[in-house]
Amino acid sequence: MSPDRKDTHITPLHGAGGELMGELLERLILPRFGKEAVGRIGLDALDDGATIALPEGETGELVLTTDSHVVKPIFFPGGDIGRLAAAGTINDLAVMGARPIALTLAAIIEEGFPIPDLERIIESFAAALEEVDAPVVCGDTKVMPAGDVDGIVLNTTGLGIARHAISDAGLRPGDRVLLTGSIGDHGMALLAAREEFSLSTRLESDVAPIWPMFAPLLESDICEAIHAMKDPTRGGLAAALNEMARKSSTCIEIEETRIPMRSAARGLSELLGISPLEVANEGKAVVIVAPEAAEAALRVLREHPLGADAAIVGTVTEEYPTRVILDTEVGGRRFLDMPLGDPVPRIC
Amino acid sequence: MTESFHFSDPARGKALADAIAKLAPSDQLKIVHVCGTHEMAITRNGLRRFLPESVDLLEGPGCPVCVTPAREIDTAIAIAQTGAVLCTFGDMIRVPGSELSLDETRSEGCDIRTILSAADAVAIAQETDREVVFFAVGFETTTPMSAAILLDGPPANLTVLASHKLIPPALVALLDLPDNRIGAYLAPGHVSTIIGTRPYEEWLTNRKVPVVIGGFEPLDILYAIALILRQIRDGTPKIENGYPRAVDPDGNPAALDLIDRVFEVADANWRGIGTIPATGLRLREPFARFDATSRFDVELPEEQDEIPGCRCPDVLTARAVPSDCPLFSVRCTPTSPVGPCMVGSEGACSIWFRYGGERQL
Repeated sequence: MSPDRKDTHITPLHGAGGELMGELLERLILPRFGKEAVGRIGLDALDDGATIALPEGETGELVLTTDSHVVKPIFFPGGDIGRLAAAGTINDLAVMGARPIALTLAAIIEEGFPIPDLERIIESFAAALEEVDAPVVCGDTKVMPAGDVDGIVLNTTGLGIARHAISDAGLRPGDRVLLTGSIGDHGMALLAAREEFSLSTRLESDVAPIWPMFAPLLESDICEAIHAMKDPTRGGLAAALNEMARKSSTCIEIEETRIPMRSAARGLSELLGISPLEVANEGKAVVIVAPEAAEAALRVLREHPLGADAAIVGTVTEEYPTRVILDTEVGGRRFLDMPLGDPVPRIC
Repeated sequence: MTESFHFSDPARGKALADAIAKLAPSDQLKIVHVCGTHEMAITRNGLRRFLPESVDLLEGPGCPVCVTPAREIDTAIAIAQTGAVLCTFGDMIRVPGSELSLDETRSEGCDIRTILSAADAVAIAQETDREVVFFAVGFETTTPMSAAILLDGPPANLTVLASHKLIPPALVALLDLPDNRIGAYLAPGHVSTIIGTRPYEEWLTNRKVPVVIGGFEPLDILYAIALILRQIRDGTPKIENGYPRAVDPDGNPAALDLIDRVFEVADANWRGIGTIPATGLRLREPFARFDATSRFDVELPEEQDEIPGCRCPDVLTARAVPSDCPLFSVRCTPTSPVGPCMVGSEGACSIWFRYGGERQL
């Protein structure tokens, strides 16, 4: 090993718990997350665990979620795996109606991974957390031999608190279906970025923590009228709506022309033969609201930049319980089914 | 809505629907199309809703992987079992042969790769010393690419297992099947971007059946159906180009020349239908050395083309719609398919299961 390779690339020693690992933590992690303990023992203590003080006078429910993140490419138009991990975890809390209190961050890194890349990822994770004012309280680093892991895997656990946690199954006939913004941006941007398609587009991933958009809604009276929420990540809007319809034994009817969609996402989908409704979103949510509160909820969402394109796109009915109906743009009607697997481009 | 997506324009859709309603035939009319992409567009846009009660619209043998006979899949499997790399398009992998699918063969350790184009097979062959076989399926649309790689002087370790098929003569054979009262054809636009309109004129003019070549946007399809109904009303059956923005009557002469230099017409076996004269293509003599069936001498299991209870043969010949089959959505689903039409993503059963093909949803 060249004398300074350990300064530019991850080596097995970085994960061995010794001096090199300490240096890495000092250099990359602590300056960004160390000062923000929410309990007596925080990240800067580098103890075996962190403590979280129960928020004083707060009532409600604690919400816990965890996610492992892999993405290819690691740096993509509009974000990277760091922002994706932070947003993914925060958004899982947000659609449960929970304000994030603290997160953990564990990284499994391939030997030889460039340290400047790691720094960018950590920087971007930290920036996303700043948007919601939540700290990292503990973490872990493991280094795997080259070839045993593809670059980097991040795992994050998020702890949040909700006045009243919102499930994804509380749909009732008559409810309105709201989307907080354009659909398909993340999945289509990533597909376009994959080298085998050699496409160039200005479309960027929508990856963002959406709690700031939800906070005003959930702290208002409208909160009571929100019957369900879900973030349409893997499997896209199609999977999210189908899951909600199945769990609540209702039918969801969506009007295609009302679904907010960027023309670049639509164009790419036509080119690749992949539906924008079946690819992941990382900064959007489906919100199910009682009919009388739908317009008010829409106004509140639209006041935040992340919700500027929010729209009411459909209704919960009893017509075909457990299924989703799409009223197509041209005026037809069909089922919008659960995607079968990862979308693959059509051949002919 | 941006200008580039006006092919789903609701106002124009309504105008065409009104035109179609006015042209509704008094006798029951069966229109058959032969293209998975058409079925996908029809079902995903819910277009059957616009058809008069007297008009039925069915997919015939439109899914290339669905009409590939078990025998050819068996051959591909046996070749892969010799240790060769077998490359083919995605859907082909899961279609059942007599005993196994390529997918199941792969899980036994055979090297079976999914490719996106014929050129990918060349690239794979260039990077290995092993034998590489391209299992080429598809109608006239994909054939020029298969021809092009052979004309380009491919690596010596590459051979082709060719299962290309021709649409116009197959339409004639479908007309002659018993109990198959086909009233009109909606012909696939992308096939005609290659072959143009002439082969339909050669094969079908004397059969007095309306043939309209249609595009794939919702409005293209509604327009083509309106043209068919107008021919029926006027009693003037003919070959009509409903997709002139993409289809030249002479097709693509360069692509046709590629096909003609490499392939010659032969009989072909269609799954669910049987052998149809002059609907297939085989390599011409100068290219015989690239024919996988002559390079590999393989033993095949006893052919088992029929699947008990499965009505794919009727679906593939437009004598049934998917929901007529007792297995449909009960025992046969995209995650555990029984017949080929549920496997291929362009197969009618798979499309109906996912999007609901009935006239009124």
